[in-house]
Amino acid sequence: MSTMMKSLAIAGAMATALAAHSTPAQAQAKEKCFGVSLAGQNDCAAGPGTTCAGSSKVDYQGNAWTLVDAGTCTEIELPAMADGTERKGSLEALDRDLPA
Amino acid sequence: MTGLIDDFLPALMDPDRPVPQGLQDGTGRPAGRRFNVYRNNVTASLIAALEQGFPAVSKLLGAQNFTGLARAYQQDNPPRSQLMMHYGEDFPAFLEATPQLAHLGYLGDVARLELALRRSYHAADSTPLDPAALAAIAPEDLAATSVTLAPAIEVIPSPWPLHAIWTYTMIPGIPKPPPQPQDVLITRPDFDPVAHPMPKGGAAFVAALREGATLGAAHEAGIARNDSFDPAPILGLLLAGAAITGARQG
Repeated sequence: MSTMMKSLAIAGAMATALAAHSTPAQAQAKEKCFGVSLAGQNDCAAGPGTTCAGSSKVDYQGNAWTLVDAGTCTEIELPAMADGTERKGSLEALDRDLPA
Repeated sequence: MTGLIDDFLPALMDPDRPVPQGLQDGTGRPAGRRFNVYRNNVTASLIAALEQGFPAVSKLLGAQNFTGLARAYQQDNPPRSQLMMHYGEDFPAFLEATPQLAHLGYLGDVARLELALRRSYHAADSTPLDPAALAAIAPEDLAATSVTLAPAIEVIPSPWPLHAIWTYTMIPGIPKPPPQPQDVLITRPDFDPVAHPMPKGGAAFVAALREGATLGAAHEAGIARNDSFDPAPILGLLLAGAAITGARQG
């Protein structure tokens, strides 16, 4: 490939990437959503020796969070609690479903 | 005293060795049982660290097999740092050198991916460049432009369908991996690292950029691995992953 062709290729690639980036679908922000993770599956990639890796002990633990698309947190449908009370996700830590 | 220090670490890492001579409790009595409790805690905690750090490898092997391997690994590989989240740096090479695992050739790369996810998580924060600044560079100058990448960026080249193996292992209901090689790119757009599959040559392209190569030279590094290498989707992943933090010409 000539230098000219290579310049064109990289310029075209950057133009394509920038055009795709500016479409609004790419700009989906995340929010921390408390009380929706299954036991041991809360999002925390910190690893061993840290305090949060897979540290939620019960399903839908109220003070464990996972990242969801912004705006969807409070709409996530969860099974009702044992006593029939509805569960909803929350943007704040919750005091329900805490490990004993 | 020198003898005690020389004996201590080997005895700590190998339960078949005797308690080091001269080890005493606060009242001058031999501290053999105390040492055994300590040795047991060290071993158990290192095995637990590997289980937490390599969940995909553990799922691929089964918990029991993984624990046996983890015990063998930690005996010869005491932590080099007190930062336990990085423990297991040599675990990929250990897996590849274990003859009983030779039929699972991809295990080492899966372990590399899991280590890289943790490095990315703990990497320094950075502020992405406004894409407008990239758009403002004249098209004919782009090939001679080099970019700086966020410290959280990681790449793992692989001859295996690495990303697909990892998602298939970790996410229920994901289809089986297609039989084609995948390099993996890790970006950290918000709080947590995200792994993306890249076509062959992608890892060479990003690694060259990270070493300061111009976009033109990095493009050639990609083409050297893959004749039909197209940098556009990878530049797209870098932009979406808040990974380009600076650009300079020449």
